[in-house]
Amino acid sequence: MSSIINKIKLYIPLIKSLQTGLLLATGIAGYLSAHAPVHIPTLIAMSISLFLAISGSTIMNMWYDHDIDAKMKRTHKRPAASGELSRNEVFWVGVVVSALGIGWAVLIAPLYGLVVFAGWFFDVVVYTLWLKRVTCWSIVWGGISGAMPILSGRVLAVNQIDLIGILLALSILFWIPTHTLTFSLKFREDYSNAGVPTFPSTYGEAFTRAVIALSSVLAAVAIGWAAILIGLSAGYLRLIAVLTAGLLLLAFATFRVQSERANFSLFRYASLYMLSAMIILAMQAF
Amino acid sequence: MRMSVLDRILLLLMCLLAAYQIVVGIDAMDEAPIIAYTIAFGVLLIAGLLLIILGFEALDSPIVVVVSTIIPLSMATGLVWQHLASFRTSYLLFALIGFAAVTFTRSIRMDNLLPVITIAIVHGIPGLTIFLLPIIVSLRGETEPLFSLVGIGGALIGIGGLLLSFLRTGRPILPKETVLRVLPGLLLLMTVFFVAGFKYG
Repeated sequence: MSSIINKIKLYIPLIKSLQTGLLLATGIAGYLSAHAPVHIPTLIAMSISLFLAISGSTIMNMWYDHDIDAKMKRTHKRPAASGELSRNEVFWVGVVVSALGIGWAVLIAPLYGLVVFAGWFFDVVVYTLWLKRVTCWSIVWGGISGAMPILSGRVLAVNQIDLIGILLALSILFWIPTHTLTFSLKFREDYSNAGVPTFPSTYGEAFTRAVIALSSVLAAVAIGWAAILIGLSAGYLRLIAVLTAGLLLLAFATFRVQSERANFSLFRYASLYMLSAMIILAMQAF
Repeated sequence: MRMSVLDRILLLLMCLLAAYQIVVGIDAMDEAPIIAYTIAFGVLLIAGLLLIILGFEALDSPIVVVVSTIIPLSMATGLVWQHLASFRTSYLLFALIGFAAVTFTRSIRMDNLLPVITIAIVHGIPGLTIFLLPIIVSLRGETEPLFSLVGIGGALIGIGGLLLSFLRTGRPILPKETVLRVLPGLLLLMTVFFVAGFKYG
């Protein structure tokens, strides 16, 4: 029994629980954004299948990138990088978890399953296996992958890919660079040592900061547009407008001040902003 | 000075209250007060979030003096719009000119007392308005008695605003440590009074 518990303890860091939790929250918000009567069994099934699919893709990412992770201070303690788990074991755990998640998603609804699979495919195959070591633009595909959970939730609720779903996906797609590019600025040396091309190493810090500021503005535009189309009440729209004003202010400051502190402030605010937006979208359903 | 976990919790509660007020607390009002209160509580909300994210160092920014005038100015404009109909235009003009004056006097270097006097006026008049107007209209029976709680919130925002502004101008009324220690609690208390006053008044 204790060996199983120990094994599970080793597996937990494989799924980047915070990131997985955030992506799962976007999926739930996407589902609730339809404002249809909430079908609890469907919501639970969606949450579990999405959790497994996201976790599976993260584990596959850890499996493939173990060599990169081992070279970076930030990631060298990850189980696959440190050797706590064998590469082979991580691979099979990833395959099984991914298959369970995607398989279950397809059984729930084929279109939902297709979107979940697309997220997994873009993350594992296009981003991790193909582009991450080749070009800094790989983050676009990582972003598209990250945008799939919210789209899948929306698709499950409305049974089609609609404009609102696309806007919600775009909001996540544009939010992700504030996260990844901020980290690539902060851990620039780490990425350089590992041989991973990043925006700062390719285009310089000023351009990277401009991209971060611009992408947060675009994320705000997408979420605002989606909120209007969803038909949020005037009160919630006012709240989103206020939070967006704060985001625009920080984006402007980041562009103007050009410091790591301004950058990190924007990154933290943008994360809070996105979490708040998801909660607002979800709350309107009740 | 490092911000404690308790400070962050107090600020988070303040942010949640401000968000509540923006979403449901001002829904039934006319357009102009809704805009004014949304700006007031919105600035409060964003300021709270930035304090949580950046800590007290956020207060070192020169923009704090300008931003901290927005809350009393817009709050007072909303109150005047609702309860002193004959002063609407003149108060709105005062708010706009006052805000422009603070922005101007803080944007260029001045060695005289003009920036301090400007801040005292632009904080003082709205502070008195927010403090006195709700108490007067509730005493007159034009609103429920509990609307006077907004006045207490006004007194607190006046104190907080002046403490912060004079701290930033380099002529602190109280030591910086003391101001920072009481600020999160003061902001929360002020917001509680505002929200309760609007809800039950």
